[in-house]
Amino acid sequence: MSVFSPATRDRFERLAASYPQPRSALVPMLLYAQDELGYLPPEAIAEIAALLGETELAVREVIGYYSMLRTAPAGRYHVQVCTNISCMLRGGEEVLAHCQRRLGIHNRQTTPDGMFSIEEVECMGACAWAPALQVNYDFHQELDPAKVDEILEKYRRQG
Amino acid sequence: MPETPSKPAPAAGAPAAPAEVHFTVNGHTLAAAPGTLLIEACRAANIEIPSFCYYPKLSLQAACRMCLVEVEKIPKLQTACTTVVAEGMVVHTETPTVHAARKSAIEFILTNHPLDCPVCDAGGECELQDMTFRYGAAVSRFDEPKRHRDEQQWSPVVYYDRPRCILCYRCVRVCGEGMDVWALGVGNRGILSTILPNHQDHLECEECGMCIDICPVGALTSGAYRYQTRPWEMQHVGAICAFCGDGCKTTLGVRNGVILRGDNRDKNGINGDFLCVKGRYGTDFTRHPERLKSPLVRDASGELRPVSWAYALETITDRWRGIQAAHGQFGVIGSTRCSNEESYQLQKLARRVLGTNHVDHHRSADFPALFDALAQPAGAAAQPLPQLADSGALKTAKAVLLVGGDPTQEHPLLAWNLRWAHRLAGASLYVLNRRDIRLRRQARRMALLTHGTEADAVRYLAAPQRGDPPQAELTAVSPPGDKRWPQTPPSTPQPIPGGLEEFRAELAQERDVIIVFGPELTGDAVQALVRFGASLPGHTRYIAMADNANSRGAADMGLYPDLLPGYLPVADGAARAHFAAAWGGDIPAAPGWNQRQMVEAVDRRELDALYVVGANPFRLDPVNAANLKSCFLVVQDLFLTETAQAADVVLPALSLYEKSGTVTNTCGEVQSQRRGGSFEGAKTDMEIIHALARLLGADFGRPDADRVFSEIRAQVNGYDVSLVQLMAGRGALAVPRDGAAPRQAAPQMIRPNHDSLFTAGTLGRYSATLNAVLEKHSRP
Repeated sequence: MSVFSPATRDRFERLAASYPQPRSALVPMLLYAQDELGYLPPEAIAEIAALLGETELAVREVIGYYSMLRTAPAGRYHVQVCTNISCMLRGGEEVLAHCQRRLGIHNRQTTPDGMFSIEEVECMGACAWAPALQVNYDFHQELDPAKVDEILEKYRRQG
Repeated sequence: MPETPSKPAPAAGAPAAPAEVHFTVNGHTLAAAPGTLLIEACRAANIEIPSFCYYPKLSLQAACRMCLVEVEKIPKLQTACTTVVAEGMVVHTETPTVHAARKSAIEFILTNHPLDCPVCDAGGECELQDMTFRYGAAVSRFDEPKRHRDEQQWSPVVYYDRPRCILCYRCVRVCGEGMDVWALGVGNRGILSTILPNHQDHLECEECGMCIDICPVGALTSGAYRYQTRPWEMQHVGAICAFCGDGCKTTLGVRNGVILRGDNRDKNGINGDFLCVKGRYGTDFTRHPERLKSPLVRDASGELRPVSWAYALETITDRWRGIQAAHGQFGVIGSTRCSNEESYQLQKLARRVLGTNHVDHHRSADFPALFDALAQPAGAAAQPLPQLADSGALKTAKAVLLVGGDPTQEHPLLAWNLRWAHRLAGASLYVLNRRDIRLRRQARRMALLTHGTEADAVRYLAAPQRGDPPQAELTAVSPPGDKRWPQTPPSTPQPIPGGLEEFRAELAQERDVIIVFGPELTGDAVQALVRFGASLPGHTRYIAMADNANSRGAADMGLYPDLLPGYLPVADGAARAHFAAAWGGDIPAAPGWNQRQMVEAVDRRELDALYVVGANPFRLDPVNAANLKSCFLVVQDLFLTETAQAADVVLPALSLYEKSGTVTNTCGEVQSQRRGGSFEGAKTDMEIIHALARLLGADFGRPDADRVFSEIRAQVNGYDVSLVQLMAGRGALAVPRDGAAPRQAAPQMIRPNHDSLFTAGTLGRYSATLNAVLEKHSRP
């Protein structure tokens, strides 16, 4: 039994077969797996390892290396706030502090209802529109506390 | 020593590459083969370049930055471990810049390394300690608090202390590349990097301890040894491992006569870097509380009671004299874990003093059949000597055919050497087996038999014209790049299109094949194998795999009912006369009973006395207790085995680690060792045999291993080995092939134990550590 949807499983099989070394497909597979499942549970790690002919340990090594890959669930909306230099100069740290106050959680925590989680991240390439944050794959730029409240409220309403 | 082929050519080396490149280090002009690493070239010239992460024959890491050197015309310092020597290169290893770099490297490595050397197991034999002493600074600029993490226990034998780890990744590499187990990895990154076991909080692996051995600091420590002593309080005695037939050197750490650990400290035995779980941890059987400390004699009430040595020995010889006077039958069963000298003296006692050829041992390889086949013109034709390969020859072999057996489980050193040859010398390994053994992963081609036996397949290979090609009999498995083995089965094996024909055709393309075979081949099948080997081009050599530390020695020393030492037939008058002259007494002419026949004779009440030395025959061939009453049974062993429990007299013996002497490994490499541990109350088997002989009126002389070995060298085929080599701690290959040995008529007596990595007959049963590792119980 696959832990992935048939489409994802199918995609993984094609990915694994498209490199001379199957393990070259590992990082993209982990990202797709995390998109689908929200995180990388042990069953997903085992299935990916089996698909690539690697040990589970080899998969865990890669997960441990990349900070964007996680083995515990995040919130449905994963709020990633940049505090790297451009954002920091334009109030990124205040944005982060505001998110934490508003959601009542610290960095790398998840709200009790599982709706939101916060992560302080490095540069996401939005320096021209700093300060920026990213919710899942959506960008939000030129922020201030009021704008942050609006954004969070929009996601909360989406449920 | 067989000649060793020259170093393997560098892969895809240009044909016009010069034989040597010349370069200058600290003003000295050096030469080395192209492709040589600078660190190796310098070390070969006695120029010290410190390193932590560099380890010979493992992949390169360049993680520790300790080997930085100055190379002219390159602005930054270079890591000598990844720099390849080049023509005209000018290197400086002792400049102020290099010294400063080393000092910084040590300072950096020590940022988070706890200075708990006084309680660290590695203290006193720690590379970081030595390097800090030699190259380090007295002070550190880092005054931040260190990040502490609690130590983790990964298995009964492996502990990981994370703060001590300097992240050299030697353990990760030796586990993966050397052992092909891949049980260790690296988690996180940067300052948070840590070594990870394969099952998150514990290890599931071969428990070989290579990671502990190779750790330059005290990050990985041994659960079997930790916190027991300091290294400088022990004597370090080189011994030959008492377990499997590979004959690895294990250095015993001995304090006050107690063996506290086995370890591979100086790496100069035939095993090089390697030692397995048994050699490293199995030594604790010597400390088992159930070890016999006193002779026991069965009293009138039927209980075994402790008695003095004098009383026990006299009890035995009194009974034996009575049985001799009544022309009773004696049987002697020898050991596969006594020294050569003891086995030789034991069969001498049997034949010359007790007057019986009922002599045997627990056989696990058909050595007589091999030597018989090699001595025949068909087998010997056009084949130069020696026809036996030593274990080291596997490392440089061009091609190896492995028939039967499972070296990974039963012969870990041979498996290590085969992996080495595959990894570093590009050797072609051909595997013929009924089981999907782990060495498949290194095989160029595996013939996985789905029907029939290895013996059938070998007969077919040797004589293709006979019988139909066994089309359905095998499938070929090509080496998959699959690290998950053995957790998951291999991908569906594909039948070889041409069956064994193709397997043979591929082998016929190879030269100088070493053929390693397991106990599946006996008698005729060994003959067939040698015929097949003789048909291969080049110089074919052989290794027969037998179970125990001195299985080969027991065979060589004549613990056979029909063979004298050196495989000379007892029925042959000239051979008998030779030994009768040497031993000063007659030898009975009729071949005796083998081990099973002796036990059956006990059951028929036809055997009047049975003397069992370091063996447990009743485990293999159970005997009816009632019938034992008419047989006077003497057992000499370390523990009260099934056989000893039935004995009339039990004599406590010392183990191989507690005696001097020689042992012969399964390849035929004779090695010499000195006494390591001691044990109050027990005697060496040789002391006991000599004492019994003396009481029976035969003088075997002083029970001195060197003296007996001189006799063996003079009397036994193939044992005229180089003493220099023995004293240098190297194996000297014994090749007892001259003089046609008769083929043994009892191939059914080859009864291998099929030990796993964690079992080893009697000794294994009494090793607390071997019993503690979970894999012993979780693996089939």
